[in-house]
Amino acid sequence: MSKHHISTIINGEPTEFLCEPQLTLLDVLRDELRLTGSKEGCSSGDCGACSVTVDGRLVCSCLMLAVEAEGHKIETIEGMARGHDLHPLQRKFLEHAALQCGFCTPGLLVAAKALLDRNSNPTETETRYWLAGNLCRCTGYDKVIRAVLDAAAELRAE
Amino acid sequence: MLDYTAPSTVEEAVRILAEAPGTAKVLSGGTDLLVQLRSGRVKPGLIVDIKKIPGISTIRERDGGFVIGASTPGAVIGECEALRRAWPGVVEAANLIGSTQVQGRASLAGNLCNASPAADSVPALVAARATCVVAGPRGRREVPVASIATGPGRTSLSPGELIVEFHLPKRPPRSADAYLRFIPRTEMDIAVVGVAVSLTLDAGGVCTDAQIVLGAVAPTAILVPEAAAALVGRKLDETALAGLDQAARRACKPIDDKRGTIEYRTKVAGVLARRTATIAYERAGER
Repeated sequence: MSKHHISTIINGEPTEFLCEPQLTLLDVLRDELRLTGSKEGCSSGDCGACSVTVDGRLVCSCLMLAVEAEGHKIETIEGMARGHDLHPLQRKFLEHAALQCGFCTPGLLVAAKALLDRNSNPTETETRYWLAGNLCRCTGYDKVIRAVLDAAAELRAE
Repeated sequence: MLDYTAPSTVEEAVRILAEAPGTAKVLSGGTDLLVQLRSGRVKPGLIVDIKKIPGISTIRERDGGFVIGASTPGAVIGECEALRRAWPGVVEAANLIGSTQVQGRASLAGNLCNASPAADSVPALVAARATCVVAGPRGRREVPVASIATGPGRTSLSPGELIVEFHLPKRPPRSADAYLRFIPRTEMDIAVVGVAVSLTLDAGGVCTDAQIVLGAVAPTAILVPEAAAALVGRKLDETALAGLDQAARRACKPIDDKRGTIEYRTKVAGVLARRTATIAYERAGER
């Protein structure tokens, strides 16, 4: 089986990899590039734990072949903090205790950031609909929503 | 053994699909195809990714109507203000498919060719009298969207054919469409019943044209001319709505499954047809 040579930009860094055509972007992120922040929950696009952005567009990395990443800009959870400085969303998730086991958290953070990048002042309803594709089986959603809205308020004040 | 190719023209894609030994699958947004690849439901030898073809993921206005590229993601469809104004039902149907993440990839061509009886965008496209351009080894043909799905998972496309774009016609004045889907929750589910309605009114609010399409109650989306006949020549009064409700229920040939029984789906189809027609009527009256 021939491997494909793929050139992308991941979290601002030009990144190249070789991959077999059946591998998903999630497979390559985790197993090849060791970016294991994106989680594999369902592998069918239902849970959102593998959320990344491609050219700024929120997608499930399990629903995209790695070969499709050619020429595109990918942002993952690993690109969210600046060194040791957490993104406001990350800080607010901690402050509001918006996580328990943490498995859904990277996906929720990436999805929430994609929302705030588009809409700096979302309503609670807009936020809940936007995040409907990110499933959490332990914390529930109220704390997550509070954390996102609080982070949005802080970012607007900056 | 799976291989992958991303042609840069429609002609090249057609040639590759026609010459592919074994089964080749067209990859558009991939939100259905990747799940089927993983489960082993489809085992293609070749994936033909059409997203490198220029224009295949964009929307443009033409002759007062719209040309929507086959692979245009739902999110891009939802962001097109002019399309939302002209065809709010088509846009709301396309935007009901999956989550925000799925909207980042899922396309009209994929939703149509996956041929689920519950596909959300299909009833709305059929109600809109949308056509699609099919490219194949014998050239291009423009056919009604209604002619593509022939049953669950089956289409009328021949080997080597793919959908290139969708055409939505220009709207007469006082025209609007709407799509409603019934699911037990508010997001992230598959239609128990879907209803699309497209209406044109005269200056007095009388329906001069109606298209009523039901989803998830038959092997494919079904156009119901008897339901349209209940509305044409009338305002949307109780007589019209009752006729619509009855015609919609009579057209249902649903299955019993975990999402609903035959009896339940049939009842819901009538109720949902009333609600959808009411929204389309209000929208049309505002134009």
